[in-house]
Amino acid sequence: MSTESTESPENPSSNRSDPSDPSNPSNPEIQVRGLHKSFGDNEVLRGIDLEIGRGEVVCVIGPSGSGKSTLLRCVNLLEEPTKGQVFVGGTEVTDPDVDIDAVRRRIGMVFQQFNLFPHLSVTENLTLPQRRVLGRDKARAARVAADNLQRVGLAEKADAYPSSLSGGQQQRVAIARALAMGPEVMLFDEPTSALDPELVGDVLAVMRMLANEGMTMMVVTHEMTFAREVADRVVFMDDGVIVEAGPPAQVIANPAHERTRHFLSRLLDPAMADVEDDNGREGDKGLKGDKGL
Amino acid sequence: MSGEAEADTQVRIQPRKSGLTRRQKRAVSRGVQYVVFVAALVAIGASADWGQLQNQFAQADLAKQLFPDIITLALRNTVLYTLSGFVFGLVLGVVIALMRLSSVGPYRWLAGVYIEIFRGLPALLIFVFVGVGVPLAFPGTEIIGGTYGKVALALGLVAAAYMAETIRAGIQAVPKGQTEAARSLGFSHARAMVSIIIPQAFRIVIPPLTNELVLLFKDSSMVLFLGVTLEERELAKFGRDLASQSANSTPILVAGLCYLLVTIPLGFVVRRLEAKAQEATK
Repeated sequence: MSTESTESPENPSSNRSDPSDPSNPSNPEIQVRGLHKSFGDNEVLRGIDLEIGRGEVVCVIGPSGSGKSTLLRCVNLLEEPTKGQVFVGGTEVTDPDVDIDAVRRRIGMVFQQFNLFPHLSVTENLTLPQRRVLGRDKARAARVAADNLQRVGLAEKADAYPSSLSGGQQQRVAIARALAMGPEVMLFDEPTSALDPELVGDVLAVMRMLANEGMTMMVVTHEMTFAREVADRVVFMDDGVIVEAGPPAQVIANPAHERTRHFLSRLLDPAMADVEDDNGREGDKGLKGDKGL
Repeated sequence: MSGEAEADTQVRIQPRKSGLTRRQKRAVSRGVQYVVFVAALVAIGASADWGQLQNQFAQADLAKQLFPDIITLALRNTVLYTLSGFVFGLVLGVVIALMRLSSVGPYRWLAGVYIEIFRGLPALLIFVFVGVGVPLAFPGTEIIGGTYGKVALALGLVAAAYMAETIRAGIQAVPKGQTEAARSLGFSHARAMVSIIIPQAFRIVIPPLTNELVLLFKDSSMVLFLGVTLEERELAKFGRDLASQSANSTPILVAGLCYLLVTIPLGFVVRRLEAKAQEATK
């Protein structure tokens, strides 16, 4: 595997460091080692090694079915890896004895389908997890909720219900909900794939803001412009392995591998882009539906 | 309009076997249905002995004597029995639904057996079992709440089996993404269930649960198999007692009307809730 990727300069990290030692500042925020994941006979991840430094923004790209969403979902153990290890902030997530709920509090996740709680108002979507999971009192939770709604530009929707919001607004509330928990890491699973094209920009703007604030972010996306402009590093996956990884200027503008070139040409060619995009979405949904059963 | 015109021309083009157009055939068919309907009404009306019926079921002065007790005592007790049974059944139903969805095999198995047994037995048998069987099986123990406790137990045991299946379906109807979102925020499995999934499941199952309430309301009439004091009588027992006292069935008719007084509005509420739920899923 060609993961001899260029680490982003401000986050030098070495493979030899012990990831479970949080006192070592050079430790990566996320470390994935030899990760395998199978669904029955279908091996979706076939040996993934990846490190993401503190404050680094990594975009994971690749064709549908390449395993990129599964990789993301293994980081907070929404999917249980078949083999391999995942460390987040020095804690081994894959350790059977780990308090997974405690680990997940430090990892925010944003889903393709938003997954806001439809029976709760926007504010309650933000306050309920803070109160039930972090034990914050009502006043503090409300304050944090208001601050984060302000950050995503939706303060005026505080009392609205999710069903009355546009997809883009719902996704920004979902981001605010994750941020209200004060996460160290944010995972984004195709956050704009379910949105109408004209609503994508607002969500990407919020993500850009987070990146500028120094949030550690792992983003599975088809938005090449976002990846090129915001990512410190782009990881291209195909068929359950990382084919190549590096700065966007290298992977997107000047890919070394034929598979990357093929994927990008289909994605960037306007005539082919629509076809690829539609197929991608449907394929991903189908895969998730299967897992659901 | 144009479709009908087209159909007419088609009919004319084709050879007419019966000699009737489609419109004429429709009129004849509807006419025959009205004739049958009216004939049936007339036959029943003419053959029934209305005088006897009125004598037996509609004695106005007898009906007057039933008030206010039929409302303040009998209807009140019926409502109390129903509600206590519903609450007990709901709690037990949630527990059984969660057992049915448990990752622990014996829980699933036990819940399945419970549901099959209590859905398969007539409610009447459960009442007899609670009234006679339980005191025999546990001599010296008293069911808390006396008759009310016994009714809550009997009605609840039956209702729980139906409600468990309804609630299970409701929980499974909540999209998987909701659980994932809750878990990714750090909710434990149990907390996610209680705070996120079950509240949404309940919104889905409110119409069928209200329907279950209507069924329980009627089933509460089986209290009369438990043996109750005068003060504990509900609509059916009250109506029957007064009917035999006065050797006239008017109390039964009035008791029946009292049931309808509650069940018809409840049925209306159920249909409204169902329509609203349908609207919400669009």
